Amino acid sequence: MLELYANVVVGGLLLGAVYALIATGLNVIFGVMRMVNFAHGELVVVGMYTAYLFWKLTGLPALAALPIAAALLFVAGYAFQRLLANRFVEAGQHVQFILFIGVALMITGAHAIAFGPDPRPIQGAAGFDVYRAVFLRLDAVRTQAALFALALIAALWAWLKYTLTGKAIRAAADNLTGGRAIGIRIPHVFAIVAGLGFACAGAAGALVAPLFDTQPYLAGDFTMIAFIIVIVGGLASLPGALLGGLLIGVAEALAAALVAPSMKSLFSYALLALVILLRPQGLLGKRSALG
Amino acid sequence: MTGRQQAAAAAFLSVLAVLPAVADDFQLSVLALIFLFAYVGIAWNLMMGFAGQLSLGHALYFGIGAYTVAVLAGKYGITPWLGMPAAFALAAAAAALVGTLGFRFAVRGVYFALLTIAFSEFTRIAFEHWDFVGKTGGFFLRALGPDNRPLVSLRGGATFFYYALLVTMVLGWALSAALVSSRLGYYWRAVREDEDAARAIGVPAFRMKVAAAALSGGLTGIGGAWFGLLGGSLFPETVLGMRMSIDVIIAPIVGGLGSLYGPILGAFIVIPLNEFAKELAQHFNVNGLNFLIYGALLCAIVLFAPHGLWPPLARLLRLETRR
Amino acid sequence: MSLLVVRGLTRHFAGLTALRDVSFEVAQGSITALIGPNGAGKTTCFNVIAGALLPSAGTVTFDGADVTRLPPERTCRLGIARTFQIVRPLAGLSVLDNVTVAALVREPTVAAARAQALSVLTRVGLEPKADALASGLTLPERKLLELAKALATGPRLLMLDEVMAGLRPAESMQIVAAVRELNAGGITVLLIEHVMRVVMAIAKTIVVLHHGEKIAEGGPDAIAADPRVIECYLGNLGRKK
Repeated sequence: MLELYANVVVGGLLLGAVYALIATGLNVIFGVMRMVNFAHGELVVVGMYTAYLFWKLTGLPALAALPIAAALLFVAGYAFQRLLANRFVEAGQHVQFILFIGVALMITGAHAIAFGPDPRPIQGAAGFDVYRAVFLRLDAVRTQAALFALALIAALWAWLKYTLTGKAIRAAADNLTGGRAIGIRIPHVFAIVAGLGFACAGAAGALVAPLFDTQPYLAGDFTMIAFIIVIVGGLASLPGALLGGLLIGVAEALAAALVAPSMKSLFSYALLALVILLRPQGLLGKRSALG
Repeated sequence: MTGRQQAAAAAFLSVLAVLPAVADDFQLSVLALIFLFAYVGIAWNLMMGFAGQLSLGHALYFGIGAYTVAVLAGKYGITPWLGMPAAFALAAAAAALVGTLGFRFAVRGVYFALLTIAFSEFTRIAFEHWDFVGKTGGFFLRALGPDNRPLVSLRGGATFFYYALLVTMVLGWALSAALVSSRLGYYWRAVREDEDAARAIGVPAFRMKVAAAALSGGLTGIGGAWFGLLGGSLFPETVLGMRMSIDVIIAPIVGGLGSLYGPILGAFIVIPLNEFAKELAQHFNVNGLNFLIYGALLCAIVLFAPHGLWPPLARLLRLETRR
Repeated sequence: MSLLVVRGLTRHFAGLTALRDVSFEVAQGSITALIGPNGAGKTTCFNVIAGALLPSAGTVTFDGADVTRLPPERTCRLGIARTFQIVRPLAGLSVLDNVTVAALVREPTVAAARAQALSVLTRVGLEPKADALASGLTLPERKLLELAKALATGPRLLMLDEVMAGLRPAESMQIVAAVRELNAGGITVLLIEHVMRVVMAIAKTIVVLHHGEKIAEGGPDAIAADPRVIECYLGNLGRKK
C-alpha cells in the first residue's frame, strides 16, 4: 500500500516539476509585467506540436526538439511583446484578458485547423522504460522530463540572478519607474521577459509531448494549472513556482489515485479559491508584490 | 432615450416583430440565439459595469439556471413558469456568494477573474460526477409530444422560441435601462467611479456590489434556463464550461460595455459570424475555424475599437445618448 | 455642548504610529481647526473619525453615540461629511450626478435628490457647470464640487481636509465665505488647514498635532503665542536635540 502511494507521489513530483517549468514561464511574465497571459497553455501546446512534428519528421525523440521549441517560442515571445503587447502593459487588466483570450483562441483554432482535433501520441524509444530505485518505479520519460525541467528552471534562476540583463529584469519587476529612471530599456527588457516566459512554456511542451497525447484543446488545462501554481506558490516568487508546481503535481496525482482521475482538478480549484481569498500572496510570495 | 433613439428602437422592434412571416425556421433559431446572448450579455454587463469586476465564470450562473429549470421540469414535471424564478433565485444566490467572498476579501482584477473561474470549474467538475443531473452523459428533457402547449411548457418550435427570447431580451434591456436611472443605478455608477469617494458620501458600496453581482447572476440564470429549454439537453461541459463563460462575454465586448445597446449589437455580429464559421468549417471539413475567427475578432476589437463597435456605429447613425 | 468627542485616539501602521492618544472636542456650531506640520497625523485623524480607518485604540463619539467602528457610509448617514485632501470627484459622471448621489442619502427619490443637488450647486456657485463632466473641471471648481457633495449629504459636522490647498487668495476667500455662511446656518465645521491666515481668521478653537500627538489646544491668540507650536513649525533653532 505504502509502495503504491509512494509511487503515486513520486509520479506527481516528476510531473509537478514540468508544471513548475510552465508556471515559471508565467510567473516571469505575470510577475515582472503584470500581464495576464491567458494564452500560456496554448504556448505549451505549440511546444507540444513542435516536438510532435519534429518526431514525425526525424524519428528522433521529442526531447531533442526541446531547444527548437524553446528557441522558436523565445523569438515569438520577443516579437509579440515588442510589436504588440508592450502597448498593453499599462492598459487595464480586463483589456489584457481579452487580448490574450483572443490570442489563445486563435492559436487553438490554428492548431485545430492545421492538425485536426484528434490526439497525436508520440511513441518514443524510451516509451515504457522504468527506472527502479528501492520500491520506486520511475517512468523513464517522466524522469527525463522532470530532470530537464529542473535544469531549465535552475538555469533561468541563475541567469536572472547573475547576468546584467537578469538584474535589469528583476529591477524592473521591483520598481518600474525607478528602472526607467536609471535607463533600463524597458521595451527591450519586457520583450526579453516575454521571450523567456514563452520559451519556458514551449520547452515544457516539448517535455510533455511524450506524456500526453497532443491535441489543441489541452491548452485550457495548462493555462489554468499555470495560474493556479503561480498564485498558490506566490506571485513574483520563483521558488514559489517550483514549490507550487510540485505541490499541485502531487495533489493531482493523489486525487486521481484516491478518488477518480476525472476529479483531480477539483482540489486544485478549491485550493486556488482558498488562496485567493485568504492568502493572495501565495505560500512564498510577499504581500508587497500584490501591488 | 433621445427622440432619434426612440424612433430607431421602434423601427427595429417592428421589423423584428414581423420577421417570422418571412424567415425560415433555421434563420429564426439563429435569431433566437442572438436574442439569448444579447440578453445574457446585458446581464453580464451589470456585473462588469456596476460591480466593476470582470467575471470569467458566468457559466456558473448560466449552468445553475439551466439545470434548475430542466431538472424541475424533467424530473418533477414542474412548469418552467415556476422553474424560472427558482433558477433566478439559485443563480442569484450563487453570484451573491461569489461576490460576497470576493468583495469581502478585497479580491480585485485578475484575482477576481480567477476566483470566478475557480468556482465555475469546481462546479462543472462536481456536476460531471453527480448522478442526479446525469453526470457527463447529460440531462435530457422529454421530447415534445403533439399535445405540447408552448405557453405552458415554455418549449415549442422555432417561432415560439423566437418570440419568447425576443420578449426576454427586450425585458432584460428595459430592466437595465430602468435601473440605470434609479437610485441603484446612481449608487452603482458612483461605486464604479471611485468606491472610497462614494462611501464617503453615503453609498453602501459593499451591498451595492453584491446586489449587482446577484442581479447579474440571477438574470444570467434565466438565460441558461432558456438555453436548456431551447436545446432540450444539458451537459456540464457545455453549460458550465469555460467556453460558455467566454461565449457570454464576447458579444458585450465586441458591441461595447459602456451602453445597453452594445451587447445587442455584439450578439448580432458574433452569433451569425459563428454560424458562418461553422458552415465554412463543415464545408471545407476544417475543425476549429470558429475559434480562429472568434480569436481574431477579439484581438481586432481590443486593438482597434476597445470600447466596442456600438460607439462608432451610434455616432454614424447619430444615435448617441446626449449626456 | 460637544458634537464630536475624540478620546485617546491611537493608530499604528507597520513601523509608524500615526496617532498617539489624541483627545479633543468639537463644540456644536463652532469652527475648529486641526493644524500641524506635514505628517502630523491630521488626515489620519479625519480618516478615523469618518470611518475610513479603524483606530488601534480610542473612541469617537458623535452627538453622544459611539461611532468609532462605523464605516464611512454609516457615519455619513449620521451626519458626518468629509472632503478629501486630494479631491475625488466621480470623474465619469456629470457634476449634477455627482451631487445627486450624495443627496440620495437624505432624499427618498431620484427626482428629489436631483432637485436638492441643483439647489446645493447653486449655493456654491457651480450651477452653470451642472451638466459638465466632473473630469473636465478646473481645480477651484473641483474643490467646490467636493464641497457641494459633502453639503448635499445634509451634514451636521462638515470636515474639510485642506480645502484651500492650491487655490489663489481670491478663490480661497470665496470658500472661506461659503464656510462662514454654512456655519452661520448651523453646520459645525472641523477643518484641516495649512493656510494660517485662513485658520486664524475663522477658527474659534485650534488643535495642534505634531508627530501624531496633540501638543496644544486653544483659541487663535493662545496658539499663535504657544512656544511649543512655534517650535514644531520652525524646528529647534539653535537648540540641541
